[in-house]
Amino acid sequence: MGHHDLHQAELPPLAIQFPRSDGSRVPYEVFSSPAIYEREQERIYRGPTWNFVALDVEISQPGDFKSTYVGDTPVVVTRTPDGSLAAWVNRCAHRGAKLCTLPRGNATSHACLYHQWNFDSRGNLTGIPFRRGQKQMAGMPPDFDMKAHGLQKLRVDSYGGLIFASFSDTVAALPDYIGNEMRPWIDRIMHKPIVYLGCTRQFVNANWKLYFENVKDPYHASLLHLFHTTFNILRVGMKARSLPDAGHGLHSIITATRIEDDNSSAAYTAQDIRSMNEGFHLEDESVLGYVHEYEEATTNHIQSIFPQLVLQQIHNSLVARQLLPKAPDQFELVFHFFGYADDTPELRELRIKQANLVGPAGYISMEDGYATELVQRGSLREGKSSSVLDMGLSQPDQQDTLITESLIRRFWTGYQALMAL
Amino acid sequence: MTPLDQMLLWFELYSLQERYISVLDNDQLEAWPELFTADGHYEIVPKENADAGLPMGIIYCNNQGMMRDRILSTREANLYEPQTYRHLVSGLIITPADQGMVKMSANYVVIRTNQEGDSIIYQAGRYEDQVINTAEGWRYRSKRAIYDTLRVPTLMAIPV
Ligand code: FES
Ligand SMILES: [Fe+2]
Repeated sequence: MGHHDLHQAELPPLAIQFPRSDGSRVPYEVFSSPAIYEREQERIYRGPTWNFVALDVEISQPGDFKSTYVGDTPVVVTRTPDGSLAAWVNRCAHRGAKLCTLPRGNATSHACLYHQWNFDSRGNLTGIPFRRGQKQMAGMPPDFDMKAHGLQKLRVDSYGGLIFASFSDTVAALPDYIGNEMRPWIDRIMHKPIVYLGCTRQFVNANWKLYFENVKDPYHASLLHLFHTTFNILRVGMKARSLPDAGHGLHSIITATRIEDDNSSAAYTAQDIRSMNEGFHLEDESVLGYVHEYEEATTNHIQSIFPQLVLQQIHNSLVARQLLPKAPDQFELVFHFFGYADDTPELRELRIKQANLVGPAGYISMEDGYATELVQRGSLREGKSSSVLDMGLSQPDQQDTLITESLIRRFWTGYQALMAL
Repeated sequence: MTPLDQMLLWFELYSLQERYISVLDNDQLEAWPELFTADGHYEIVPKENADAGLPMGIIYCNNQGMMRDRILSTREANLYEPQTYRHLVSGLIITPADQGMVKMSANYVVIRTNQEGDSIIYQAGRYEDQVINTAEGWRYRSKRAIYDTLRVPTLMAIPV
């Protein structure tokens, strides 16, 4: 998908300058500006994007529903009686009350608590108490059009068992939006029926884009997350990929595949990087077990589908992370864990055990939220200063590396186009 | 069980729980795994998953070695802001079950204080425990922390 697909009406420029056009300098105010946050809600989350909202298996039965968000707009995604998907803004069409107050459930109709206006699972208005009045008293006007007063509907579609919603009438079809480069990687993980194993949530006092940078930043993996090197897990010498999508560059995939007998720990020791310590080992290494499930023995698969999804395979831990902006300086992550329907009991146990690796208490991920908070705190009054994203700049096409900031630069150029900055 | 036996049991298990929160709140993390049996289970799961019968949580250990690994990682590998927990535990219920095993449940609240001195209610939840009497005294065979505070603020470095 090309930049033209993201075209929207022109907007007056915000007084925010990206010093370079290649995405390598990012003014810190984009992480704290309320004006930026407001524009993101319109141009990104309500703009020409598809936003991950649920796994298909979370709402598998007719009538199943889930309350969630597109950006910071509360939406409900439902399975309708004929098995199709629907999504609507969780705002009553009468006077704006939050309609669905449950996080999940099953219902073929949704009645508003305030005056009992009733809607079907597609969001159509089906009933108004006292619509015809009572005892000669007038009700709603006789020409009141029920069809014109349904809930605000979103487009909704699923790809590979992942459900996305969009406010846009002009966004490309979902498979095209995901794009040729990214689809095979989703197919790789979602290649057979899955089972939902529950979710965990993490709330971070930082801007959501700092997390997006983080999942496009393989450079930090072995430096921030010392678990890797303390216990000898991931090495710079692993076979690596850092690929953006070919269009706007807002999606990306990072993989690491283990190469046996690599000697790259020497590179760390030579550079005196704090992370090497030969002295520690795990008593129970089963947490790092790896059952081969795919053609390539990839231990890390971190794939971002802009703006709300990070699809993850770390060893045998499978997660669809939903990234939700809450305020200029707050985001929430919802980790949707899953396994395959044909998991053996041992493999299922391993997936549960490997939840120790990821999420808010994850051995190799707990620092990510903290790192983004440190950026938020450090840069708060430095809005006109810029971050420096030069790693790998001289070889922009090199993709077989983890020592690069190329995906982050691509993210920022795509972001600027979408935001008209 | 005589009333005196019941009082004694309550006192012993209350003491175990007090010891449990004391080691976590006073930086004696290496003593934490020792309060479990060698095959002990420890997990922290959100209430929404526990209620729905879904298994996933944020920490899961199915033996004491994994608990020692967790503490070793907290000490040596993971990076986080220095912090202190204060556990408030109430509502202890003790239910003797089969073969010397006793079930316990209690409410907990953890207040977390960072190095700038900001204290937050970090997590509220309940413990669901199984304990047995060993040669070293009462030990947890299983401890589940089921938390109501569904959004974990920033990170969890120390068990609750
Ligand atoms: S606001 Fe929903 S029925 Fe009145
Ligand atoms: Fe990370």
